[in-house]
Amino acid sequence: MRLEIAGGLERFEGPGRGTIRAPFFLPPLNLILVLEQTLNGLQLGVMLFLMAAGLTLVFGIMNLVNLAHGSFYMVGAYLATYFYATTGSYLLGVLLGLAGTLAVGVAVELVALRTLYERDHLDQVLATFGLILFFNELAAMLWGRAALYTNIPEYLSGHVDLLPGLRYPLYRLVIIAVGLAVAGLLWFVVARTRLGMLIRAGASNRAMVAALGINIRFLYTLVFGFGAALAGLAGLMAGPIYAVQPGMGELILIEVFVVIVIGGIGSIRGALAGALIVGMVDTLGRAFLKPTLATVISPTAADAAGPALASMLIYLLMAAVLALRPQGLFPARL
Amino acid sequence: MKQQFLRSLTVGIAAAFVAAGPAAAQQKVKIGFITTLSGPQGVIGEYMKNSVELALDHLGRKMAGLDVEVTYGDDQVKPDVGKQVAEEMLKKQQVDFVAGIIWSNVMLAVAPTVTDAGKIMVGTNAGPHELAGKQCSELFFTTSWQNDDTPEAMGKVMQDQGISDVYLMAPNYAAGKDMINGFKRSYKGRIVDEVYTRLGQTDYQAELSQLRAKSPKAVFVFYPGGMGISFLRQYSEAGLRGQFPLYSVYTVDEISIPAVKHAALGQYETRYWSPDLKNPANQKYVSDYRKKYGKMPVFYGAQSYDGILLIDSAVRAVKGNLANKKGMVAAMRKADFSSTRGKFSYNSNHFPIQNFYLLKTVAGPAGQDPVMEIQKTVFTNHKDSYYKECALK
Amino acid sequence: MSPRNRAIVLGLGLLLLAAVPPFASLFNQPFYLDLVRRIMIFAIAAASLNLILGYGGMVSFGHAAYLGIGGYAVGVLAHYGVYDGLLQWALAIGTSALVALVIGAVSIRTSGVYFIMITLAFTQMLYYLGISIEEFGGDDGMRLAAKSRLPGIDLNDASAFYYLVLAALVLVLFFGHRLVNSRFGMVIRAAKSNETRTRAIGVSPYLYRLAAFVIAGAVCGLAGALLVNHTAYLTPEFMNWTRSGELMFMVILGGMGSVAGPVLGAFALLVLEDLLSGWTQHWQIILGPLLVLSVVFFRRGLAGLIREKND
Repeated sequence: MRLEIAGGLERFEGPGRGTIRAPFFLPPLNLILVLEQTLNGLQLGVMLFLMAAGLTLVFGIMNLVNLAHGSFYMVGAYLATYFYATTGSYLLGVLLGLAGTLAVGVAVELVALRTLYERDHLDQVLATFGLILFFNELAAMLWGRAALYTNIPEYLSGHVDLLPGLRYPLYRLVIIAVGLAVAGLLWFVVARTRLGMLIRAGASNRAMVAALGINIRFLYTLVFGFGAALAGLAGLMAGPIYAVQPGMGELILIEVFVVIVIGGIGSIRGALAGALIVGMVDTLGRAFLKPTLATVISPTAADAAGPALASMLIYLLMAAVLALRPQGLFPARL
Repeated sequence: MKQQFLRSLTVGIAAAFVAAGPAAAQQKVKIGFITTLSGPQGVIGEYMKNSVELALDHLGRKMAGLDVEVTYGDDQVKPDVGKQVAEEMLKKQQVDFVAGIIWSNVMLAVAPTVTDAGKIMVGTNAGPHELAGKQCSELFFTTSWQNDDTPEAMGKVMQDQGISDVYLMAPNYAAGKDMINGFKRSYKGRIVDEVYTRLGQTDYQAELSQLRAKSPKAVFVFYPGGMGISFLRQYSEAGLRGQFPLYSVYTVDEISIPAVKHAALGQYETRYWSPDLKNPANQKYVSDYRKKYGKMPVFYGAQSYDGILLIDSAVRAVKGNLANKKGMVAAMRKADFSSTRGKFSYNSNHFPIQNFYLLKTVAGPAGQDPVMEIQKTVFTNHKDSYYKECALK
Repeated sequence: MSPRNRAIVLGLGLLLLAAVPPFASLFNQPFYLDLVRRIMIFAIAAASLNLILGYGGMVSFGHAAYLGIGGYAVGVLAHYGVYDGLLQWALAIGTSALVALVIGAVSIRTSGVYFIMITLAFTQMLYYLGISIEEFGGDDGMRLAAKSRLPGIDLNDASAFYYLVLAALVLVLFFGHRLVNSRFGMVIRAAKSNETRTRAIGVSPYLYRLAAFVIAGAVCGLAGALLVNHTAYLTPEFMNWTRSGELMFMVILGGMGSVAGPVLGAFALLVLEDLLSGWTQHWQIILGPLLVLSVVFFRRGLAGLIREKND
């Protein structure tokens, strides 16, 4: 017997939670819950941003579509886990993991990707797809197919009471902080340093920069390695809360592509905007879509349509953005 | 250019024909074992394959005096690849039995292929309700369970414990819905909410926040594979473990425990088997598996081990006369072998009638991973809910 | 290679394909008939992709969706007791064309990597949709109730079905060849190599591309109908984006911009996968770099760099 399923949402049990009367077409809002979900969306957005920034940077500067970006995410997670386990220090694991991913990124750029810069996007997509298979299998051969054990160090676990009734995991707050700090750092580098100027110049006119005597090749390798390191950072932060196993990059890769398409390929500002939008829409959709639907259609229909719609939501969003503004929200001016 | 292309074309086709070999002159028992060996899910296939090898070792690689030859196939979690692999085994290697298969959707494609070809299919994991009911077959046996059994057992556990309401979560696909439906068949209390998440989702923070806001008395989930590992970690990190007791099926097992360790402590599951089940066959299986492979075996393996023993019992009964299908089927129906689950019998639809136990994840010996231990028996000689729809008697 | 030699080579290829069923029964290896039939069905799908990808330069990552739509059209009708093959297959082709029209109308407004991404997104949406429809089994899929009933041909006869697929393949290749060499085809190919110039001569590529997209979708829908009859099973896995990737590889490996290329590509990829997975469970670590190398070096594919230069 199915008793009071979606319709029971109206009743919130639990001490000290404020309920607000909302317009008839929305379910009664629990303010604390909405705040919590907003933080969740922000955190997801920040993770997506770290991945998207690297990918969009590489596309903007080198005009390279890199499907294997998810593999750097995986490499970061694996290396950090491995070094944490062997050295016993979380920080050392993070540093070595980042350095390792940077090294792998540089190696990949030197060995496999040099030939692809002049090719069209199709070739790049296919070649980097082959790289995905390679990396996944390599991880499986080195560490096995089973997920690895990872954990959050003592000093980063636990919760913080942000507001009465709003407890939030410390680790996730750290992720938000790190992500925003990286965004700030990227902005500073790109807008205020000489390197950033070179990057912006290289994005506008490759040939001119080369003609001015700048070592374009070195610049490319540097940027690619940096992009890989950003993905690795996302991976090593995700490791303790998600599963570290072969193929983990592909689960998040499509979302990252949706982010940069919505934000505008080649633009870091676009990556941030796109990431935050996607993170919010996805999170709030998963949380509130079904109850909202249940107020307009029957609860059983909402039960079936809600989850299906929630999983398609970000794709619908992308289609809508592209239909209205095909070049994305903040097209490349970096 | 023209020559190159002609050459490659001819070589390709010729090689394909040449690769085929005629059937062996000597009589052998040929078994085709299909599982997932590549990709992240390949870890399950590894346990199954190892268990098959162990079973063969225990049998001395012979059944009724005949040599046994096992060919392994990889279904890549895809029904059409599984089907093709099965067809290759049936037509090319001309196997006498096909066994294995983790996934329900692959099973639904492969089992009819095997039985239509007149060969016996021994499933060692997937138990879709179609094969237990309307699409049951004389030639299909399983050493596992029917998908709904396990959540039915958990539903009963929670019902008996007097838990008045429960929050349900599962991935939004066929198996996820089956688990929830099976649970609701035996649990009669209040369902706080029924949440289906995206298949393959890694971040559950949003759903966990919703859950906390609802304050259920208990939570029941189904999250296999990597999804389970993510979910368990996040459930712990969000501080929910102490607040809301977590019950699950196919989420915590000997494969996921090493990845989550203490994050799984205190969790309940229901299952037909556990490594600590006390009977001679199981004790031998578990200790030999640990000795040979250095890991604790998991139920996928125990089922595959039993599958080989089941086939052996059939071959012995007909004294190696593999053409005697009726005899083998009759022998299999008796389930006359030392199973790792202890004594059991087969229902009319060739699904086991067996016990189900409540397991709890407890701390292991010092310095080692948590282990799962049987707390009590939930169902005794449980029959699945679909056998009445099966035409077999 | 002169057109005459080309025709001879193609003819030989077809003869070889036609010889498979009698050879298979001679050596008592019915498995190979099934294998080659499956490869030919994928060759049809790859050929349809070749129209928009190889000739049109439109990198659609969502082409596998039409395999699924075609398959489900047949499967769903069979589920409700409609076994008439002509009706089922007409619906498979029609629905695929319609969906291609909708997806194409939105997607073709974009280009480059945006186009890749949006086609990918649409496929994912259809995939999730397929998983969530319980009536048709969700991701468990469904068994095909009965094979399509066609006048004069019994699809349960392996050989007859084989020759039907072969005939379909030949027709698809023939009409494809006529299409790309027609005025319509010229516009598509011109737009691929230099869009600005095409516009400059007063032709707007959008409608032509859309038409090509719809045709490709429709033909792939037919492949889907054939596939579901071949596997006797339908599942949303037909629509998975990695399947689209496989189709793309068949087109690339075989040689874009050539009529027979996709057929060679389909054979090469599927035979390779079958062989490799038989050797080792780590076959992906071999296939991965192999694919990378093939893209880097065999840019023109197995079937003729020369041909493209002459075109």
